[in-house]
Amino acid sequence: MGMDKVDKKILQLIQTNFPIVSKPFQQIAESVGVSEEEVLARIGEMQKKGIIRRLGGLFDSRKMGYTGILCAMRVPQTDIDRVSAIVNAYPGVTHNYLRNHDYNMWFTLLAESEKKLNEVLNEIKLKTGIDDILQLPAVNVFKVRVNFNLSGVPQRDVD
Amino acid sequence: MLTELEIKIVKELQSGLPLVKRPYRQIGQKLGLSEQQVMDKIKEMIERGLIRRFGAALRHQDLGYTANAMVVWDVPEERAVTVGKQMARFREVTHCYQRPRRPGWPYTIFTVLHGQTRQECERVAAKIARETGVQNYQLLFSTKELKKSSMEYFID
Repeated sequence: MGMDKVDKKILQLIQTNFPIVSKPFQQIAESVGVSEEEVLARIGEMQKKGIIRRLGGLFDSRKMGYTGILCAMRVPQTDIDRVSAIVNAYPGVTHNYLRNHDYNMWFTLLAESEKKLNEVLNEIKLKTGIDDILQLPAVNVFKVRVNFNLSGVPQRDVD
Repeated sequence: MLTELEIKIVKELQSGLPLVKRPYRQIGQKLGLSEQQVMDKIKEMIERGLIRRFGAALRHQDLGYTANAMVVWDVPEERAVTVGKQMARFREVTHCYQRPRRPGWPYTIFTVLHGQTRQECERVAAKIARETGVQNYQLLFSTKELKKSSMEYFID
C-alpha cells in the first residue's frame, strides 16, 4: 500500500484530536521528527492515494438536526446495477453495501427531517419498483467507534 | 440549532482542512474571522458534541480490515438494553445499536465486527453468543461496497 513508518505515525496522530493550534502540521512534525513541509507533503500524498478519505470534522448528524435510518431491500441479482444507481444518487445515502442475505442491499440514509426522509424512501420505492424496504432506525445507540489504529487493534473512541 | 456561522464552519470542515501551514487562518480569511476565532469555534463545537471526531477519516478497508460483519441478534425487547450494553463491551464490536422488530425480521440488536477474515468474525460472534446466551443470530457479510461517502450537510 506504500505506507512507511513515518506515514503510519502521522496517521496515528491525525485520526483523532487533530491539533487545533496555529501551526498544527508543525506540531505533528515535531512529534514525528520530520519537517513541517514533509508532513504536509505526506498527508497530501495519502489523500491522493485515497488512504485518507478526508481531513476535517466528523459530525454528529443527530445533533446537527438530521435524522438517519438503516434500510434493507431485496433486489434481484440481475437488477442490482439499476437499483443501486437509483439509491446511490441521493446524497443522503452515505453507505450502501451488498450483503449475503435475502435482504441483500443495505444502505443508510440521512435527511434533514423525518418528512424529507420519508419522501426519499417513497421516491426510491417508486423509481425502483421495489415496495418492501425494511426500515430500521436506531432506537438505542450503545457503541459507535470509528477510528482504527494501524497495529490491527481497534482503539476505544466512544462507548 | 446551528447558527449561520456554525453552518459556514461545517461547510468548510467537510470540504477538508486546507493543506497549508496555517489552515485555521485560511478558513478565517474566507469567513471574515480571526484564526483564533476559528479555533475557538471548532473547540466549542467539539465540546458540544456537534463534531464527533476531528481528524482524518481513513479508508480502513485499505488497512487490512477485510471482513466486515453485521451481526443481527434476536433479543426480546425487554432485554435489549442489558444485552446491547453487554455486547458493546466486546473489544471486537465497533458499533452496537438497538433497532425495532419488523414483520419477518426478529432481530433487535445490531453489532458490527471488523476482522481480518470471515472465520475470525464467526469465532467472535460465537463467543458473544456463548457469553450473552443469545442463540438466534445471523452474520451478514458485505460482499460489495456500492457506496461509501461522507455526508455533505447543508448543501441545498
